Amino acid sequence: MYAVNYHRAASVADAAKLVKSGDAKLLSGGMTLIPAMKTRLAAPSDLVDLSRIKDLQGIKVSGKTVTIGAATTHFDVSNDEKLRKACPALAHLASLIGDPAVRHKGTIGGSIANNDPAADYPAALLALGATIVTNKREISADKFFKGLFETALKDGEIITAITFTAPAKAAYEKFRNPASRYAIVGVFVAKGKDGVSVAVTGAGDDGVFRSKEIEAALAKNFDAGSLNGVKVPAKNLMSDIHASADYRANLIAVMAKRAVAAANA
Amino acid sequence: MSDVSLMVNGRRVSGAAEDRTLLVHFLRENLGLTGTHVGCDTSQCGACVVHVDGKAVKSCSMLAVQASGSTVVTIEGLANGADLHPVQAAFKEHHGLQCGFCTPGMIMTATDMINRHPEGLDEATVRAELEGNICRCTGYHNIVKAILAASKTMAKGAARAKAKQAA
Repeated sequence: MYAVNYHRAASVADAAKLVKSGDAKLLSGGMTLIPAMKTRLAAPSDLVDLSRIKDLQGIKVSGKTVTIGAATTHFDVSNDEKLRKACPALAHLASLIGDPAVRHKGTIGGSIANNDPAADYPAALLALGATIVTNKREISADKFFKGLFETALKDGEIITAITFTAPAKAAYEKFRNPASRYAIVGVFVAKGKDGVSVAVTGAGDDGVFRSKEIEAALAKNFDAGSLNGVKVPAKNLMSDIHASADYRANLIAVMAKRAVAAANA
Repeated sequence: MSDVSLMVNGRRVSGAAEDRTLLVHFLRENLGLTGTHVGCDTSQCGACVVHVDGKAVKSCSMLAVQASGSTVVTIEGLANGADLHPVQAAFKEHHGLQCGFCTPGMIMTATDMINRHPEGLDEATVRAELEGNICRCTGYHNIVKAILAASKTMAKGAARAKAKQAA
């Protein structure tokens, strides 16, 4: 790792000031950034640690509105009793990320700011129609995720929370790479007052996306059977040594069926 | 450079370290606690797992300065003098190791896992929770056996302590 200057932010305002120094990066759980720095894929001059800011941590559920602090760890998301009642699918998704040691450090804000094309949270946030709250503004999930590792965040903008309305039904199903355990295909389905939305991670050439074909079929009848014969186009899907675009297209339909069955169970 | 001060295995320690120093290197090189191992450099193997503020984390994926102010327990902090911790004793009894390189991380992960599942563990849960710890010798079988056995011993210990308190 190249030399770096570490700063521990006491508040979001403090972090916003500190992040202006040099080529600084925000550090949350560090489960992607520190390994990337170790291999010199990332070499920021400064790190601004957000993980000790209390205001960024914790989960609030009031009625149907769920608010998750950006520095809340995957472990805390997976274990929160209120969230498990309001939106068990999201708590379950968090329990599938990485391994226990990674879940103890990694955070929801860090994950979505990184926007890895195989990360789990982006699928959930897109399907839930979540809002990403920053220190400057509120951004809807469909405007936030911009492509591979790209988001709508401006330089120095800090995610403070994620908020969404708990859906009536939801589930997440992930087909994991047997070695890395990242999603080859992950599908999050949600049925709320605005209808059905289905978001796919791990498969898109341009990162997370919504599957119109599957949404259309489920809008008629929210049942796994209504996906029989539904074809997802392989165009714009990734092909790599793990799976071809055609294989991923088929997996999307399979994972969507399983997710709908789980949501209805 | 930053001052790093930690409570490690019940002892208050401090020292200067470059900001880029990983916690695992601070433990090994500044404090001489070489029980915590570096197995992979890619944050996958789990040989470096320690407990920071009561939670299992990979000390290779955290800067020492990030941990400053925290309480750390390493493999050296588990045994009570010559008495092995129940998880260590179970690994010995069930031969949960061959070369032993991954063992410190396995035991720290297992201890954390057992603490988080006071209701008890089953084989599927143990195997899923060992996701982040790689062993290249044993095929995991005896590691799983050791963790299941330690979980039972520790549950009994906890029940005895509770009974004592009630009496």
